Amino acid sequence: MYETQYHRAASVEEAARLMGEAEDGKFLAGGMTLIPTMKQRLASPSDLIDLRRIEALKGVTVDGRNVRIGAVTTHYDVSTSEELAKICPAITNLAGHIGDPQVRNMGTIGGSIANNDPAADYPSALLALDATIITSQRSLPASDFFIGLFETALEPNEIIVAVEFVGPDRAAYKKFPNPASLYAMAGVFVAKSGDNIRVAVTGAGEGGVFRLKDAETALAGNFSPSALDSLAVDPDVLLSDMHASADYRANLVKVMAKRAVAEITNRPM
Amino acid sequence: MAKVELFVNGRAVTGEAEDRTLLVHFLRENLGLTGTHVGCDTSQCGACVVHVDGRAVKSCTMLAAQASGSTITTIEGLSPNGELHPLQVAFRENHALQCGFCTPGMIMTSVDMIRRHPNGLDEATVRDQLEGNICRCTGYHNIVKAVLDASDKMGKGAVKAA
Repeated sequence: MYETQYHRAASVEEAARLMGEAEDGKFLAGGMTLIPTMKQRLASPSDLIDLRRIEALKGVTVDGRNVRIGAVTTHYDVSTSEELAKICPAITNLAGHIGDPQVRNMGTIGGSIANNDPAADYPSALLALDATIITSQRSLPASDFFIGLFETALEPNEIIVAVEFVGPDRAAYKKFPNPASLYAMAGVFVAKSGDNIRVAVTGAGEGGVFRLKDAETALAGNFSPSALDSLAVDPDVLLSDMHASADYRANLVKVMAKRAVAEITNRPM
Repeated sequence: MAKVELFVNGRAVTGEAEDRTLLVHFLRENLGLTGTHVGCDTSQCGACVVHVDGRAVKSCTMLAAQASGSTITTIEGLSPNGELHPLQVAFRENHALQCGFCTPGMIMTSVDMIRRHPNGLDEATVRDQLEGNICRCTGYHNIVKAVLDASDKMGKGAVKAA
Protein backbone atom coordinates (compact mmCIF):
# COMPACT_ATOMS: atom_id res chain seq x y z
CA MET A 1 0.00 0.00 0.00
CA TYR A 2 1.24 3.48 -0.84
CA GLU A 3 1.37 6.04 1.91
CA THR A 4 -1.86 7.73 2.84
CA GLN A 5 -3.18 9.96 5.59
CA TYR A 6 -6.04 8.70 7.68
CA HIS A 7 -8.69 11.04 9.07
CA ARG A 8 -11.68 10.10 11.19
CA ALA A 9 -14.68 12.35 10.67
CA ALA A 10 -17.16 12.89 13.50
CA SER A 11 -19.83 14.44 11.29
CA VAL A 12 -20.84 14.66 7.64
CA GLU A 13 -19.84 18.35 7.63
CA GLU A 14 -16.39 17.55 8.96
CA ALA A 15 -15.97 14.78 6.40
CA ALA A 16 -16.84 17.14 3.55
CA ARG A 17 -14.41 19.73 4.90
CA LEU A 18 -11.61 17.18 5.21
CA MET A 19 -12.24 16.03 1.66
CA GLY A 20 -12.09 19.63 0.47
CA GLU A 21 -8.65 19.99 2.06
CA ALA A 22 -7.32 16.72 0.66
CA GLU A 23 -5.24 16.61 -2.47
CA ASP A 24 -6.70 13.36 -3.78
CA GLY A 25 -8.91 12.01 -1.03
CA LYS A 26 -11.29 9.11 -0.82
CA PHE A 27 -14.14 8.49 1.58
CA LEU A 28 -13.71 5.26 3.52
CA ALA A 29 -16.72 3.35 4.88
CA GLY A 30 -16.32 -0.40 5.46
CA GLY A 31 -13.31 -0.48 3.17
CA MET A 32 -14.16 -3.90 1.78
CA THR A 33 -13.30 -2.82 -1.76
CA LEU A 34 -11.10 0.21 -1.15
CA ILE A 35 -8.57 -1.38 1.24
CA PRO A 36 -7.95 -4.47 -0.94
CA THR A 37 -7.61 -2.16 -3.95
CA MET A 38 -5.07 -0.03 -2.08
CA LYS A 39 -3.20 -3.16 -0.97
CA GLN A 40 -2.82 -4.08 -4.62
CA ARG A 41 -1.60 -0.52 -5.31
CA LEU A 42 -4.43 -0.07 -7.76
CA ALA A 43 -5.59 2.98 -5.81
CA SER A 44 -3.43 5.48 -3.95
CA PRO A 45 -5.53 8.20 -2.36
CA SER A 46 -3.52 10.87 -0.56
CA ASP A 47 -6.09 10.92 2.24
CA LEU A 48 -8.72 8.58 3.61
CA ILE A 49 -11.71 10.18 5.30
CA ASP A 50 -13.35 7.58 7.51
CA LEU A 51 -17.15 7.88 7.70
CA ARG A 52 -17.74 4.67 9.64
CA ARG A 53 -17.96 6.28 13.09
CA ILE A 54 -20.43 9.02 12.19
CA GLU A 55 -23.45 8.18 14.34
CA ALA A 56 -25.91 10.04 12.11
CA LEU A 57 -25.12 7.65 9.25
CA LYS A 58 -25.88 4.46 11.19
CA GLY A 59 -28.92 2.27 11.51
CA VAL A 60 -32.16 1.05 9.99
CA THR A 61 -35.38 2.96 10.68
CA VAL A 62 -38.80 1.60 9.76
CA ASP A 63 -41.84 3.86 10.07
CA GLY A 64 -44.97 2.18 8.75
CA ARG A 65 -43.84 1.08 5.30
CA ASN A 66 -41.19 3.80 5.01
CA VAL A 67 -37.67 2.49 5.32
CA ARG A 68 -34.50 4.45 5.88
CA ILE A 69 -31.09 2.80 5.97
CA GLY A 70 -28.14 4.93 7.08
CA ALA A 71 -25.19 4.92 4.73
CA VAL A 72 -22.69 3.21 7.04
CA THR A 73 -25.11 0.50 8.18
CA THR A 74 -23.32 -2.81 7.68
CA HIS A 75 -24.68 -5.64 5.58
CA TYR A 76 -24.88 -7.67 8.79
CA ASP A 77 -27.05 -5.06 10.49
CA VAL A 78 -29.36 -4.86 7.47
CA SER A 79 -29.57 -8.65 7.21
CA THR A 80 -30.53 -9.03 10.88
CA SER A 81 -33.02 -6.16 11.18
CA GLU A 82 -36.24 -7.82 12.27
CA GLU A 83 -38.28 -4.69 11.60
CA LEU A 84 -36.98 -4.48 8.05
CA ALA A 85 -37.53 -8.20 7.47
CA LYS A 86 -41.24 -7.65 8.15
CA ILE A 87 -41.47 -4.93 5.50
CA CYS A 88 -39.02 -6.15 2.87
CA PRO A 89 -37.47 -9.57 3.51
CA ALA A 90 -35.99 -9.51 0.01
CA ILE A 91 -33.46 -6.85 1.01
CA THR A 92 -32.51 -8.43 4.34
CA ASN A 93 -31.99 -11.68 2.48
CA LEU A 94 -29.92 -9.90 -0.15
CA ALA A 95 -27.74 -8.31 2.53
CA GLY A 96 -27.23 -11.69 4.22
CA HIS A 97 -25.73 -13.13 1.04
CA ILE A 98 -23.22 -10.44 0.14
CA GLY A 99 -19.66 -11.73 0.13
CA ASP A 100 -18.69 -13.65 3.26
CA PRO A 101 -19.48 -13.08 6.97
CA GLN A 102 -16.39 -10.91 7.52
CA VAL A 103 -17.34 -8.68 4.58
CA ARG A 104 -20.88 -8.40 5.92
CA ASN A 105 -19.54 -7.34 9.32
CA MET A 106 -17.66 -4.39 7.80
CA GLY A 107 -19.16 -3.59 4.41
CA THR A 108 -21.82 -0.87 4.22
CA ILE A 109 -24.74 -0.05 1.96
CA GLY A 110 -23.38 3.43 1.25
CA GLY A 111 -19.97 2.08 0.32
CA SER A 112 -21.51 -0.51 -1.94
CA ILE A 113 -23.66 1.90 -3.91
CA ALA A 114 -21.00 4.63 -4.05
CA ASN A 115 -18.61 2.12 -5.60
CA ASN A 116 -21.35 0.86 -7.96
CA ASP A 117 -19.52 -2.30 -8.88
CA PRO A 118 -21.41 -3.80 -11.83
CA ALA A 119 -21.69 -7.05 -9.86
CA ALA A 120 -22.72 -5.57 -6.51
CA ASP A 121 -26.09 -6.69 -5.15
CA TYR A 122 -27.56 -3.53 -3.61
CA PRO A 123 -27.83 -1.42 -6.80
CA SER A 124 -30.41 -3.84 -8.23
CA ALA A 125 -32.50 -3.64 -5.06
CA LEU A 126 -32.45 0.14 -4.94
CA LEU A 127 -33.34 0.47 -8.60
CA ALA A 128 -36.19 -2.06 -8.36
CA LEU A 129 -37.51 -0.52 -5.13
CA ASP A 130 -37.38 2.96 -6.71
CA ALA A 131 -35.31 4.06 -3.72
CA THR A 132 -34.18 7.59 -3.03
CA ILE A 133 -30.53 8.24 -2.26
CA ILE A 134 -30.13 11.04 0.27
CA THR A 135 -26.78 12.77 0.11
CA SER A 136 -25.15 15.68 1.92
CA GLN A 137 -26.39 17.92 -0.89
CA ARG A 138 -29.63 16.54 -2.35
CA SER A 139 -32.00 13.62 -2.83
CA LEU A 140 -32.07 11.70 -6.06
CA PRO A 141 -33.81 8.61 -7.35
CA ALA A 142 -31.77 5.45 -7.84
CA SER A 143 -32.45 5.67 -11.59
CA ASP A 144 -30.50 8.96 -11.70
CA PHE A 145 -27.87 7.86 -9.19
CA PHE A 146 -26.38 4.85 -10.97
CA ILE A 147 -24.65 6.07 -14.13
CA GLY A 148 -22.40 3.27 -15.36
CA LEU A 149 -19.59 0.90 -14.42
CA PHE A 150 -18.23 2.12 -11.07
CA GLU A 151 -19.84 5.48 -11.85
CA THR A 152 -22.53 7.38 -9.95
CA ALA A 153 -23.99 10.88 -9.96
CA LEU A 154 -22.00 11.73 -6.79
CA GLU A 155 -19.89 14.88 -6.90
CA PRO A 156 -16.37 14.59 -5.45
CA ASN A 157 -17.35 16.20 -2.15
CA GLU A 158 -20.79 14.63 -1.87
CA ILE A 159 -21.51 12.07 0.83
CA ILE A 160 -24.30 9.50 0.90
CA VAL A 161 -26.29 9.94 4.10
CA ALA A 162 -29.00 7.29 3.70
CA VAL A 163 -31.21 5.43 1.30
CA GLU A 164 -34.99 5.52 1.60
CA PHE A 165 -37.73 3.46 0.04
CA VAL A 166 -41.31 2.40 0.59
CA GLY A 167 -41.67 -1.29 1.36
CA PRO A 168 -43.11 -3.11 -1.68
CA ASP A 169 -46.09 -5.47 -1.50
CA ARG A 170 -43.81 -8.32 -2.52
CA ALA A 171 -40.24 -8.61 -3.70
CA ALA A 172 -37.53 -11.18 -4.26
CA TYR A 173 -33.88 -11.23 -5.25
CA LYS A 174 -32.20 -14.15 -6.94
CA LYS A 175 -28.58 -14.28 -7.97
CA PHE A 176 -26.23 -16.68 -9.63
CA PRO A 177 -22.96 -16.05 -7.82
CA ASN A 178 -19.58 -16.74 -9.30
CA PRO A 179 -18.48 -19.75 -7.26
CA ALA A 180 -15.06 -18.28 -6.44
CA SER A 181 -15.66 -14.57 -5.92
CA LEU A 182 -19.35 -14.84 -4.95
CA TYR A 183 -20.05 -11.73 -7.01
CA ALA A 184 -23.27 -11.98 -8.98
CA MET A 185 -22.83 -13.18 -12.56
CA ALA A 186 -26.48 -12.27 -12.82
CA GLY A 187 -28.73 -11.01 -10.06
CA VAL A 188 -32.34 -10.01 -10.54
CA PHE A 189 -34.46 -8.04 -8.08
CA VAL A 190 -38.22 -8.05 -8.73
CA ALA A 191 -40.48 -5.70 -6.77
CA LYS A 192 -44.27 -5.47 -7.01
CA SER A 193 -46.45 -2.78 -5.45
CA GLY A 194 -50.02 -2.83 -6.70
CA ASP A 195 -49.75 -2.71 -10.48
CA ASN A 196 -46.28 -1.26 -10.39
CA ILE A 197 -43.69 -3.91 -11.26
CA ARG A 198 -39.99 -3.17 -11.47
CA VAL A 199 -37.26 -5.61 -12.44
CA ALA A 200 -33.60 -4.66 -12.05
CA VAL A 201 -30.55 -6.64 -13.10
CA THR A 202 -27.05 -6.57 -11.64
CA GLY A 203 -23.88 -8.51 -12.48
CA ALA A 204 -24.68 -8.77 -16.14
CA GLY A 205 -25.02 -5.33 -17.71
CA GLU A 206 -22.23 -3.82 -19.77
CA GLY A 207 -23.16 -0.46 -18.27
CA GLY A 208 -23.84 -1.70 -14.74
CA VAL A 209 -27.24 -2.15 -13.14
CA PHE A 210 -30.27 -1.72 -15.44
CA ARG A 211 -34.02 -2.19 -15.55
CA LEU A 212 -35.35 -5.07 -17.61
CA LYS A 213 -38.40 -3.34 -19.03
CA ASP A 214 -39.41 -6.21 -21.32
CA ALA A 215 -39.79 -8.37 -18.23
CA GLU A 216 -41.80 -5.67 -16.45
CA THR A 217 -44.19 -5.46 -19.42
CA ALA A 218 -44.56 -9.23 -19.63
CA LEU A 219 -45.23 -9.48 -15.90
CA ALA A 220 -47.76 -6.62 -15.96
CA GLY A 221 -50.10 -8.80 -18.02
CA ASN A 222 -49.48 -12.02 -16.14
CA PHE A 223 -47.48 -12.00 -12.92
CA SER A 224 -46.19 -15.55 -13.04
CA PRO A 225 -42.91 -17.26 -13.93
CA SER A 226 -44.37 -18.56 -17.20
CA ALA A 227 -44.94 -14.99 -18.38
CA LEU A 228 -41.16 -14.82 -18.83
CA ASP A 229 -40.89 -18.01 -20.91
CA SER A 230 -40.66 -16.08 -24.15
CA LEU A 231 -38.54 -13.25 -22.72
CA ALA A 232 -35.54 -12.53 -24.95
CA VAL A 233 -32.70 -10.80 -23.10
CA ASP A 234 -30.43 -8.94 -25.50
CA PRO A 235 -26.85 -10.24 -25.08
CA ASP A 236 -25.47 -7.18 -26.88
CA VAL A 237 -25.87 -5.07 -23.76
CA LEU A 238 -24.39 -7.68 -21.42
CA LEU A 239 -20.90 -8.25 -20.09
CA SER A 240 -18.77 -10.96 -21.60
CA ASP A 241 -15.67 -12.01 -19.68
CA MET A 242 -13.69 -15.00 -18.43
CA HIS A 243 -16.51 -15.88 -16.03
CA ALA A 244 -19.38 -15.98 -18.49
CA SER A 245 -20.20 -15.07 -22.06
CA ALA A 246 -22.93 -12.53 -22.82
CA ASP A 247 -25.16 -15.29 -24.18
CA TYR A 248 -24.79 -17.30 -20.99
CA ARG A 249 -25.50 -14.23 -18.88
CA ALA A 250 -28.61 -13.52 -20.98
CA ASN A 251 -29.90 -16.96 -20.07
CA LEU A 252 -28.95 -16.49 -16.40
CA VAL A 253 -30.85 -13.18 -16.26
CA LYS A 254 -33.98 -14.86 -17.54
CA VAL A 255 -33.66 -17.81 -15.16
CA MET A 256 -32.98 -15.58 -12.14
CA ALA A 257 -35.97 -13.39 -13.05
CA LYS A 258 -38.19 -16.45 -13.25
CA ARG A 259 -36.88 -17.75 -9.93
CA ALA A 260 -37.61 -14.39 -8.28
CA VAL A 261 -41.18 -14.36 -9.61
CA ALA A 262 -41.59 -18.00 -8.64
CA GLU A 263 -40.60 -17.13 -5.08
CA ILE A 264 -42.96 -14.16 -4.94
CA THR A 265 -45.93 -16.05 -6.37
CA ASN A 266 -45.04 -19.33 -4.70
CA ARG A 267 -45.53 -21.04 -8.06
CA PRO A 268 -43.19 -23.48 -9.78
CA MET A 269 -41.09 -22.30 -12.69
CA MET B 1 1.97 8.55 12.00
CA ALA B 2 -1.25 7.53 13.66
CA LYS B 3 -1.74 7.00 17.36
CA VAL B 4 -3.45 3.66 17.84
CA GLU B 5 -5.30 2.92 21.07
CA LEU B 6 -6.84 -0.51 21.41
CA PHE B 7 -8.21 -2.79 24.07
CA VAL B 8 -6.67 -6.12 23.07
CA ASN B 9 -7.53 -9.35 24.87
CA GLY B 10 -8.53 -7.41 27.96
CA ARG B 11 -5.50 -5.12 27.99
CA ALA B 12 -5.32 -1.44 27.01
CA VAL B 13 -2.51 -0.86 24.52
CA THR B 14 -1.24 2.26 22.84
CA GLY B 15 1.15 2.50 19.95
CA GLU B 16 2.16 4.43 16.91
CA ALA B 17 1.93 3.20 13.37
CA GLU B 18 2.01 4.56 9.88
CA ASP B 19 -1.48 5.51 8.73
CA ARG B 20 -1.33 2.75 6.11
CA THR B 21 -0.43 0.01 8.62
CA LEU B 22 -2.92 -2.83 8.54
CA LEU B 23 -4.41 -4.00 11.83
CA VAL B 24 -2.90 -7.47 11.36
CA HIS B 25 0.61 -6.04 11.11
CA PHE B 26 0.04 -3.87 14.16
CA LEU B 27 -1.10 -6.91 16.14
CA ARG B 28 1.79 -9.09 14.99
CA GLU B 29 4.66 -6.63 14.86
CA ASN B 30 3.85 -4.00 17.46
CA LEU B 31 2.10 -6.23 19.97
CA GLY B 32 3.83 -9.53 19.22
CA LEU B 33 0.51 -11.35 18.85
CA THR B 34 1.65 -13.67 16.09
CA GLY B 35 -1.22 -16.12 16.47
CA THR B 36 -3.08 -14.03 13.90
CA HIS B 37 -1.71 -15.04 10.51
CA VAL B 38 -1.32 -13.46 7.08
CA GLY B 39 -2.10 -16.07 4.48
CA CYS B 40 -2.82 -14.06 1.36
CA ASP B 41 -2.48 -10.56 0.04
CA THR B 42 -5.97 -10.28 -1.32
CA SER B 43 -8.40 -10.37 1.65
CA GLN B 44 -9.62 -13.82 0.68
CA CYS B 45 -8.13 -16.44 2.99
CA GLY B 46 -9.34 -15.43 6.45
CA ALA B 47 -6.21 -16.55 8.34
CA CYS B 48 -6.14 -13.06 9.88
CA VAL B 49 -9.64 -13.04 11.36
CA VAL B 50 -9.96 -11.36 14.76
CA HIS B 51 -12.95 -9.91 16.57
CA VAL B 52 -13.34 -6.15 16.42
CA ASP B 53 -16.00 -4.95 18.87
CA GLY B 54 -17.36 -8.47 18.99
CA ARG B 55 -17.54 -9.22 15.28
CA ALA B 56 -15.31 -11.32 13.05
CA VAL B 57 -13.25 -9.09 10.79
CA LYS B 58 -10.33 -9.73 8.44
CA SER B 59 -7.59 -7.77 10.16
CA CYS B 60 -5.67 -7.53 6.88
CA THR B 61 -8.48 -5.44 5.45
CA MET B 62 -8.67 -2.82 8.15
CA LEU B 63 -6.15 -0.14 9.04
CA ALA B 64 -4.84 -0.08 12.59
CA ALA B 65 -5.87 3.58 12.65
CA GLN B 66 -9.40 2.62 11.61
CA ALA B 67 -9.57 0.18 14.52
CA SER B 68 -8.31 2.67 17.08
CA GLY B 69 -10.75 2.90 19.97
CA SER B 70 -12.02 -0.64 19.43
CA THR B 71 -11.98 -3.76 21.54
CA ILE B 72 -10.08 -6.58 19.84
CA THR B 73 -9.97 -10.28 20.61
CA THR B 74 -7.31 -12.40 18.93
CA ILE B 75 -6.78 -16.15 19.11
CA GLU B 76 -4.51 -15.57 22.13
CA GLY B 77 -7.44 -13.97 23.93
CA LEU B 78 -9.60 -17.08 23.74
CA SER B 79 -7.63 -18.91 26.40
CA PRO B 80 -6.36 -16.24 28.77
CA ASN B 81 -5.63 -18.66 31.60
CA GLY B 82 -4.12 -21.37 29.46
CA GLU B 83 -7.32 -23.37 29.42
CA LEU B 84 -8.43 -24.10 25.87
CA HIS B 85 -11.63 -22.53 24.55
CA PRO B 86 -14.32 -25.15 23.67
CA LEU B 87 -13.67 -24.52 19.97
CA GLN B 88 -9.95 -25.13 20.42
CA VAL B 89 -10.77 -28.36 22.24
CA ALA B 90 -13.13 -29.38 19.45
CA PHE B 91 -10.50 -28.65 16.79
CA ARG B 92 -8.01 -30.84 18.66
CA GLU B 93 -10.43 -33.68 19.30
CA ASN B 94 -11.74 -33.75 15.73
CA HIS B 95 -8.32 -33.44 14.09
CA ALA B 96 -9.55 -30.24 12.47
CA LEU B 97 -6.07 -29.00 11.64
CA GLN B 98 -3.39 -30.36 9.39
CA CYS B 99 -0.69 -27.72 8.88
CA GLY B 100 -2.54 -25.40 11.27
CA PHE B 101 -1.91 -22.18 9.38
CA CYS B 102 -5.59 -21.36 8.81
CA THR B 103 -6.64 -22.53 12.28
CA PRO B 104 -6.62 -19.20 14.17
CA GLY B 105 -8.84 -17.59 11.54
CA MET B 106 -11.09 -20.64 11.34
CA ILE B 107 -11.56 -20.62 15.10
CA MET B 108 -12.19 -16.87 15.38
CA THR B 109 -14.73 -17.06 12.54
CA SER B 110 -16.40 -20.05 14.17
CA VAL B 111 -16.69 -18.38 17.59
CA ASP B 112 -18.53 -15.52 15.88
CA MET B 113 -20.65 -18.00 13.89
CA ILE B 114 -21.74 -19.93 16.98
CA ARG B 115 -22.60 -16.67 18.75
CA ARG B 116 -24.81 -15.61 15.82
CA HIS B 117 -26.62 -18.96 15.74
CA PRO B 118 -27.92 -19.44 19.27
CA ASN B 119 -30.35 -22.12 18.12
CA GLY B 120 -27.60 -24.32 16.79
CA LEU B 121 -25.96 -25.05 13.47
CA ASP B 122 -26.26 -27.60 10.70
CA GLU B 123 -23.57 -28.71 8.29
CA ALA B 124 -24.79 -26.61 5.35
CA THR B 125 -24.84 -23.46 7.47
CA VAL B 126 -21.33 -24.10 8.79
CA ARG B 127 -19.98 -24.63 5.27
CA ASP B 128 -21.74 -21.49 4.06
CA GLN B 129 -20.48 -19.44 6.99
CA LEU B 130 -16.88 -20.58 6.43
CA GLU B 131 -16.98 -19.01 2.97
CA GLY B 132 -14.43 -16.37 3.97
CA ASN B 133 -11.84 -18.84 5.28
CA ILE B 134 -9.59 -20.98 3.13
CA CYS B 135 -7.77 -24.15 4.26
CA ARG B 136 -5.06 -24.94 1.75
CA CYS B 137 -4.77 -28.47 3.18
CA THR B 138 -8.43 -28.79 2.13
CA GLY B 139 -9.20 -30.13 5.59
CA TYR B 140 -12.71 -28.75 5.63
CA HIS B 141 -14.49 -31.94 6.58
CA ASN B 142 -13.04 -32.12 10.07
CA ILE B 143 -13.22 -28.38 10.54
CA VAL B 144 -16.97 -28.53 9.94
CA LYS B 145 -17.22 -31.48 12.32
CA ALA B 146 -15.33 -29.55 14.99
CA VAL B 147 -17.55 -26.48 14.67
CA LEU B 148 -20.69 -28.61 14.98
CA ASP B 149 -19.18 -30.43 17.96
CA ALA B 150 -18.27 -27.17 19.68
CA SER B 151 -21.68 -25.65 18.99
CA ASP B 152 -23.22 -28.73 20.59
CA LYS B 153 -20.94 -28.66 23.63
CA MET B 154 -21.31 -24.92 24.12
CA GLY B 155 -24.94 -25.66 24.90
CA LYS B 156 -26.31 -24.36 21.64
CA GLY B 157 -27.35 -27.77 20.44
CA ALA B 158 -26.49 -28.89 16.93
CA VAL B 159 -29.35 -29.12 14.47
CA LYS B 160 -28.45 -32.38 12.78
CA ALA B 161 -27.92 -32.18 9.07
CA ALA B 162 -30.66 -33.71 6.96
